[in-house]
Amino acid sequence: MVKEYIHIILADDDEDDRLFFTDAFDELKINTKVNTFNDGVELMNYLNQPEAILPNVLFLDLNMPRKNGIECLDEIKKNDRFNDIAIAIFSTSSSEEHIEETFVRGANIYIKKPSDFATLKKVLSDVVTINWQYYTSGLNKDNFLLRL
Amino acid sequence: MKIFIKFDFNAVCRKVLEDKLIKYDIKHRVLGFGEVEILEKTNPQKFNEFTEELKEYGIDIIENQKTILVQKMKDTINEMIHSPELVNVKSSVYLAEKLSHSYGYLSNLFSDVTYTSIENYIIMQKIEYAKQLIVNGQLNLTEIAFKLNYSSVAHLSTQFKNVTGITPSAFQRIITKRREIANKK
Repeated sequence: MVKEYIHIILADDDEDDRLFFTDAFDELKINTKVNTFNDGVELMNYLNQPEAILPNVLFLDLNMPRKNGIECLDEIKKNDRFNDIAIAIFSTSSSEEHIEETFVRGANIYIKKPSDFATLKKVLSDVVTINWQYYTSGLNKDNFLLRL
Repeated sequence: MKIFIKFDFNAVCRKVLEDKLIKYDIKHRVLGFGEVEILEKTNPQKFNEFTEELKEYGIDIIENQKTILVQKMKDTINEMIHSPELVNVKSSVYLAEKLSHSYGYLSNLFSDVTYTSIENYIIMQKIEYAKQLIVNGQLNLTEIAFKLNYSSVAHLSTQFKNVTGITPSAFQRIITKRREIANKK
């Protein structure tokens, strides 16, 4: 039997953050394949290729040069081809208003960027585990909202 | 015009499954619980076409015994959450009895396959059900808390917040706003 894995993409302009992120996934129990992109333009170029493998979960950094996380989110939400992707927003802001606005625009997960590696690992593990339940138990994705 | 629809997933799946079984002329008996007994040998090519067609509906035939047992546990949990006469039964006792395995065995197997514990899964499913009821808009939070056997609205709200990170009222606001935006398009 082929072992199932979860396909993950991260778009973040900070090289250290990308490294932490991939390291954290390497240490998780769930099998994942992680791809990273340096900004929103690179990410959207990839996703818009018809043959692109679409991720199960897409992590978007909010502040990126050229195209930021919200612009990517809006573009993704306009295209039905991306309906099955769970979108997680990484942000340094924890303003309630801002968080709600992000959810209203169609994000599924809102993550306040953790400052240490252990918390990051915990948070990513939570996201992937919960997403896995949505994926394997036929839960209604429209109701998938998670704030960490 | 926009209309809102509620689904009975079990009924939908059952109907699709039966239609396809009949279409491929497969003699069968539906045992419920996601179990179908095939009553006579079918031509493998025909059976392949049948499984391929089911996949279009997101219906998969499970081959691994452990996965089957986990799926039965999930079905049993959902049945417990959704039926008013069962909410007071202790889930560990009910699962063990219904599936004829010790709770310890079931619990370990469940964690291995799903990466989460039975307890967490039950809480998650209850909150999903609460979300569905909030979205349907026919019951208020007090009624939802009662229906799901929470001792109080506060208890439901706390668990909702623990699981999702947001409050039930924030959830409701977000869904309402999303609908307003979708309606404008």
